[in-house]
Amino acid sequence: MATQQTTTAGRLLVAPSVILLFLWMIVPLVMTIYFSTLHFILTDPDSRSFIGLQNYIDFLSDPDFLGALRNTLVLVGSVLVISVVGGTLVALLMDQQIYGQSIVRLMVIAPFFVMPTVSALIWKNMLMNPVSGLFAWLAQSVGLTPIDWFTNAPMLSVILIVSWQWLPFASLIMLTALQSLDEEQKEAAALDGVGAIPFFFYIVLPHIARAMTVVILIETIFLLSVFAEIYVTTNGGPSTTNIPFLVYELAQHSYDVGGASAGGIVAVVLANIVAFFLVRVVGKNLEN
Amino acid sequence: MGSIELVKVRKDFGGFAVINGVDLKVEDGEFTVFVGPSGCGKSTLLRLIAGLEDISSGQVLIDGKDVSRVGPSQRGLSMVFQSYALYPHMSVRNNIAFALKMAKQPKDVIEQKVKKAAGILNLTDYLERKPRQLSGGQRQRVAIGRAIVREPKAFLFDEPLSNLDAALRVQMRLEIGDLHQSLKTTMIYVTHDQVEAMTMADKIVVLNKGEVAQIGSPLELYNRPQNLFVARFIGSPTMNIATGPSAAKRGATTIGIRPEHVDVSATAGEWPAKVRLAEHLGSDTYVHVEVDDIGPMTVRLGGEAPNQPGQRIFVTPQEPRIHRFDQQGLRVGG
Repeated sequence: MATQQTTTAGRLLVAPSVILLFLWMIVPLVMTIYFSTLHFILTDPDSRSFIGLQNYIDFLSDPDFLGALRNTLVLVGSVLVISVVGGTLVALLMDQQIYGQSIVRLMVIAPFFVMPTVSALIWKNMLMNPVSGLFAWLAQSVGLTPIDWFTNAPMLSVILIVSWQWLPFASLIMLTALQSLDEEQKEAAALDGVGAIPFFFYIVLPHIARAMTVVILIETIFLLSVFAEIYVTTNGGPSTTNIPFLVYELAQHSYDVGGASAGGIVAVVLANIVAFFLVRVVGKNLEN
Repeated sequence: MGSIELVKVRKDFGGFAVINGVDLKVEDGEFTVFVGPSGCGKSTLLRLIAGLEDISSGQVLIDGKDVSRVGPSQRGLSMVFQSYALYPHMSVRNNIAFALKMAKQPKDVIEQKVKKAAGILNLTDYLERKPRQLSGGQRQRVAIGRAIVREPKAFLFDEPLSNLDAALRVQMRLEIGDLHQSLKTTMIYVTHDQVEAMTMADKIVVLNKGEVAQIGSPLELYNRPQNLFVARFIGSPTMNIATGPSAAKRGATTIGIRPEHVDVSATAGEWPAKVRLAEHLGSDTYVHVEVDDIGPMTVRLGGEAPNQPGQRIFVTPQEPRIHRFDQQGLRVGG
């Protein structure tokens, strides 16, 4: 439809924002790649020199690296399972006709709006604190010894906090998917004599599968870079340090800008590998 | 076996009666059509029979047994929905077989029944396809196939042809008619299209505002409408209505005459009129006229009538074909 002139004009008009976005993305990335090839330690500014891939070799052979990689995958995997399964169940509950449905929905979505730092602080000080926390009080009131969550089960604690934040997101997306299920299909199933459980597995689950893959994709992207929850609660350590936190430690504790940049690029590559597989899976699902 | 009886069935939605005391008997093997304008409650009545809605009072009897409190899957009825309601992620084969699988029938029995249904409905080549890869007519057939394999006591159709184009609708109408001939199962069919009702039904139930306006065979409704509502609703183009002196002299408040029972003359007749428009359909011509002191009427003439807009003519109703109605809109005399 568009003529030659309108196409050209269109490109010209879009150009500023495209160029700005491109610079916005590419400049930090290029700078990070550049820094990652330098011996660049803030406490020793004079020794800045080009050292090629040495920073990458150091980062990948760092004894903490494999642990951080494992922690990252455990965190992402666990939160995904909890939020997707839990979110589906919560959505099924919210899809029922209940009194005050809109208020319930608002309450359920609320945790998603709380800042990660704030929610981590609340969990740390008000819920999981071994002396004054709600969980400790609950344990004591039934005669159990309170658990010191962050000492004895640090990873589980972080997983719980992050899951609590992402459960609402999953629930909301699943709820909208559930509500788009054709009413006549439900009735057809009722006439076909389909029980509640086969109905869920044969009809509801395939219907919401697409929404589920979208939830998994979006959550994975964000969960790969979880930082605040770890910083506020356990402040690292071998069982909770993930790759973003390892990068932070390199830059902030060792003042090693070069090493941290190399770590950052490694994280980008890892995220891209995950994203590549996810996009393929999602793409397959969306095609059907 | 599959006779269905409704006794004083009533359905209220928020204090408002959508179905207001319907009594009806559908005999075994009969093709019954519920017809009426939108909002008359015909779909609700069908859903009450299916058990998708609970009745507020009254009784639904299937084969003489009260099923008013029985769930939809236990009533032994199958339904074909307007949107077909196929399961989109299942192949045609699985769509048809699903109810049997849920009923835990043995695999070879399911296979055999699916094959038979697919044969009847010309779906054998499409069994592995997904619903979205099918045309509207094929989807319709899958929906019917899904209903057939359950070997129901009766089929319920909820405006099944309204999503199809005109040519396909005529074809599917015939196919459903053939299906009824070969299965001899009771069928209840809901439509707002009185042509569908007239062509398919053994028995038509005309509904108006949640009440039965008339029950009868298609020709009974055409020849002897019991009230003005049915007179206006059945027949295409619709019946011409006249009030005033020409009705009074025939001892009625209102008279009705079908377009095909009006004679036209250029020189003399009962009602002088002006031609507004002539619609040429080839086999027929519908001449729309403005009758002096009465208003618009339609005249159906065979073949190609030469009438031109603006022309003055005379129209005369054929006396024995006149329908007379009293003040309440009820039929007077024979």
